[in-house]
Amino acid sequence: MYIDNENRPPITPQLALRVAIIGGVALALFAIVFFRLWYLQVLSGDKYLAQANANQIREIKIAAPRGEIVDRNGDPMVENRVSMAVKIAPNELPPKGSADRKQLFSNLSKVLDLDPGKMSHDVNQQFKLLPFSAATVKQDVDLNVVQYVLEHQDSLPGITIERVFLRSYPEGTTGAHLFGTVGEVNQEELDSKDYQDVTAGDRVGKSGVEQEYDKYLRGVNGASRVQVDAAGHYISTGAPKEPVQGKTLKLAIDLNTQRVGQRALSEFAPTGKGAFVVMDIRNGEILAMGSAPSFDPNQFSRVVTPKQYEALTSDENGAPLLNRATLGTYPTGSTFKLITATAALESGAITADATINDPGEITIGDQKFTNAGGEPNGTVNMVTALQVSSDVYFYALGARMNEAKVDGPLQQWAERYGIGRDTGIDLPPESPGLLPTPEWRNQLFKDGQTDRPWSIGDNVQLAVGQGDLQANPLQMAVAYAALANGGTVVTPHLAEQVEGADGRVLQEIEFPAQRQIPIAPATQATILDGLRKAATQPGGTSYDVFKDFPVPICGKTGTAERPPHGDQSWYIALAPCPGPQYVVAVTIEDGGFGAEAAAPAARQILAAIPTLGVGKKEQSKVVVGNNRTR
Amino acid sequence: MHASRFGASIRDFSEDRPARTGVLTQMDPLLLAASLGLVLCSLYTITGATADDVAGNPLYYVTRQAIYAGVGVVLMFLIARFDYSRLRELKLGIYAGMLSLILLVLVVGGATRGSRRWIELPFFTFQPSEFGKVLLIIALAAFIVDRSRKLSARETTSRIMLLALIPAAMVIVQPDLGTGMVYIAIVMALLFVAGTSWKHLAALVGIGATAIVLTLVALPAIGVNVLKPYQVDRLTSFLHPTDNPQEQGYQVNQSLTAIGAGQKTGRGAEDATQTKLDFLPEHHTDFVFSVVGEEFGFMGAAIVLSLYSLLIWRSLRILTMAKNLYGALIAGGVVAMLMFQVFVNVGMTIGIMPVTGVTLPLMSYGGASVITTFLALGLLQSIHVQSRVLAAAKGREVLA
Repeated sequence: MYIDNENRPPITPQLALRVAIIGGVALALFAIVFFRLWYLQVLSGDKYLAQANANQIREIKIAAPRGEIVDRNGDPMVENRVSMAVKIAPNELPPKGSADRKQLFSNLSKVLDLDPGKMSHDVNQQFKLLPFSAATVKQDVDLNVVQYVLEHQDSLPGITIERVFLRSYPEGTTGAHLFGTVGEVNQEELDSKDYQDVTAGDRVGKSGVEQEYDKYLRGVNGASRVQVDAAGHYISTGAPKEPVQGKTLKLAIDLNTQRVGQRALSEFAPTGKGAFVVMDIRNGEILAMGSAPSFDPNQFSRVVTPKQYEALTSDENGAPLLNRATLGTYPTGSTFKLITATAALESGAITADATINDPGEITIGDQKFTNAGGEPNGTVNMVTALQVSSDVYFYALGARMNEAKVDGPLQQWAERYGIGRDTGIDLPPESPGLLPTPEWRNQLFKDGQTDRPWSIGDNVQLAVGQGDLQANPLQMAVAYAALANGGTVVTPHLAEQVEGADGRVLQEIEFPAQRQIPIAPATQATILDGLRKAATQPGGTSYDVFKDFPVPICGKTGTAERPPHGDQSWYIALAPCPGPQYVVAVTIEDGGFGAEAAAPAARQILAAIPTLGVGKKEQSKVVVGNNRTR
Repeated sequence: MHASRFGASIRDFSEDRPARTGVLTQMDPLLLAASLGLVLCSLYTITGATADDVAGNPLYYVTRQAIYAGVGVVLMFLIARFDYSRLRELKLGIYAGMLSLILLVLVVGGATRGSRRWIELPFFTFQPSEFGKVLLIIALAAFIVDRSRKLSARETTSRIMLLALIPAAMVIVQPDLGTGMVYIAIVMALLFVAGTSWKHLAALVGIGATAIVLTLVALPAIGVNVLKPYQVDRLTSFLHPTDNPQEQGYQVNQSLTAIGAGQKTGRGAEDATQTKLDFLPEHHTDFVFSVVGEEFGFMGAAIVLSLYSLLIWRSLRILTMAKNLYGALIAGGVVAMLMFQVFVNVGMTIGIMPVTGVTLPLMSYGGASVITTFLALGLLQSIHVQSRVLAAAKGREVLA
């Protein structure tokens, strides 16, 4: 029953105004709220939805196994082994500070034989870094510990056994220097853009090939997805993302050649120290490269104690970790004569046919230089000087090519061949060694670090690979390859291609040559002729060793004085010769004359190069020469 | 008929048979519909939001909220039947009662998170500062009516302000800053509706602004802290919510995420992860509007806000219909209380107002809040009923 409005007491105009104001304010406030809601829910809804979803999902990493490293035939050199690690899952662990947690840690420390205080500290550190991931208590535990933990889950709540992948090296010491090491990623690496998809706790390559090709070898981690509430409590597990193993890296290495090479080193090295390189001269592929003494890389997939590390690096043990093939710094002895010969022929210091009389000694300036043992070689030209390794002939060339202040032809050619500089191999680090130059010595003298400036004697010494010269076998192999292939300084490399898990080639790894050097064909022919005769003609320095070798080769011995050590024995071979395809460089510390240690070792190694087809018997044949030249 | 305290009004009604037979028919149907609609929204939202909160009893909160609403509705009907005008005579008792209840809570009240706001009773916790809002409206309106002829006097304005500031200050020290602010909003609205001069109102606003600057900026600078540090943080953190995502800004950020993630039509109760996984704090009490935003989206939020605008429109209409100044003032106080709480609470959830712990009327879980709101709505309905009765009586006079 409604009544006409006129019958109600009329409100005053003042009240009407004020009610209107209140209504207006209400309208304005509602408008603000509506617009704000429109902005949040309709215009920015997607952003907030993503935020809400990210809020509740935590991903727990499942580590991916690294890719395998195989030799040129696909035989495994580096694999993964599954190791059992004891882990603590944070969501099942009794709360921090509770008596249950203390009891658990005390029980666990007894089972694992760890110090409870240190263990608790380590675990808490890990939880701080990765709050929802299980923390590792102990790596690589024995099977009986695994069984104990699994059988006593009631008294060990939250303790789990997890599979982790560690590197394993089925060949043991063979190729140990080639792979490098793997370890937990550090902060510096995490900050760099090469490691963008790597997260804390991942294992990455730390040195060598493992580091160089880490982006291929590294797998893609999987994750189990866990939904959590605001307090971080576990709610449910979602579908896991499976980890993907890293790609397979195929090396140019031939496992058998590698094995034979390392065996030969230990057989012929009196003090167990030396190195060798086998390289394809056409493209720089390294078929084998070794250093003695070697070590078992499997010990690096466990925790290495400071004592063990000391044993691997100390000089008394021959510093097994040192790769002498790339980091050795040795005088090269007569193997350097290839460079001296090139420089002399190309600079016109001598012609191929010009002869020099070698009476066994020569006086240059006020210094007398002699052949080894003072043996005279009579009249020699370039070919015969190389064949018999006449020091007097090359002393004379050294003297002719000397410059007092600037680099003479000898330094220029040595530098072109790669002496004193990095080879660019995909196995860092490497040592550039030292190429003595007038500028270098004069600067040292000016700085007061040596007692005399550059003299002609320095160049005479350099001409036969003595004096201040320091080089490694890889540099010498690259230099010999450059001569043999007509002037291409190749980039030596281990890696050949990247393969998928199914063996399909995903990527060929290309290594463009470092540079071209202008060696005249006549120069090349003359020098190769000398090196061929040295290995295959009576009177040649390594004729004793190679006279009945099934494949003709070119080869140069070297015997470098290296006080206070014994003589450094060198041999560098090009095979087959003529038409060389491979270079083998061997150096043996304290090995005596080149023909005594390095050449016999090189002979076994050459026999192992598969495409030369020498035959298995020769791979272990011991043929020691008695040529006593430098 | 025996004489009783309400004898006079009952006698008045006895002359008005048709009106008396159905208080329901004399009530404002839209106001009733809006309030019951909000209760339904509240029950529906709380059902979804709290299903996992009490293990083994998914209906724990919704059952209680339904009981509070039931009690509230019954009280609303009872109040609607009586003439609010009688309350004017009881103003001193009501005012004194309000003060003693608020004092009592300071002495015997239970503490939650460092504040004493409520008294533990067998069935529910009694929160005097909530009921105090309605008592303050009734008492202050009566004081203003008494001095309605001297409204332009400065003394009137200051006395009324003082009467409001005493309980407001007592509530703020509990500490319950939000409710204290509601008290101040109420007294300002009462003065405004009563017709206090613009000059006085402007002066009050000026004093208020100065007080805010003093408490938040000037006094802390010289080492006097009027508010507790957490209160200052809560008041100012909404200005820069991302500064401190784990602390004061946390609640607001989670609330924004919840509301935004609701998008146009909401994520539904099952998929509303912000609410379900406890990222959203206080999701059934202070932040219940965020739940509406997340579960039902812009649509759901718009429905709830529309119900509130309906509520406020009808309340303003009742203000204009009131048969006397006392009714108009009470209606004005209730409108101010509802508007202030809705805007401050919703504004808090969408990041444009500080976090103050003001509840959302009828939506937020809690007996004190729900019942208090129904008491206020009962007063509004009473004002409506009385104006109808009077109009009907006048109508008959005219007809006669």
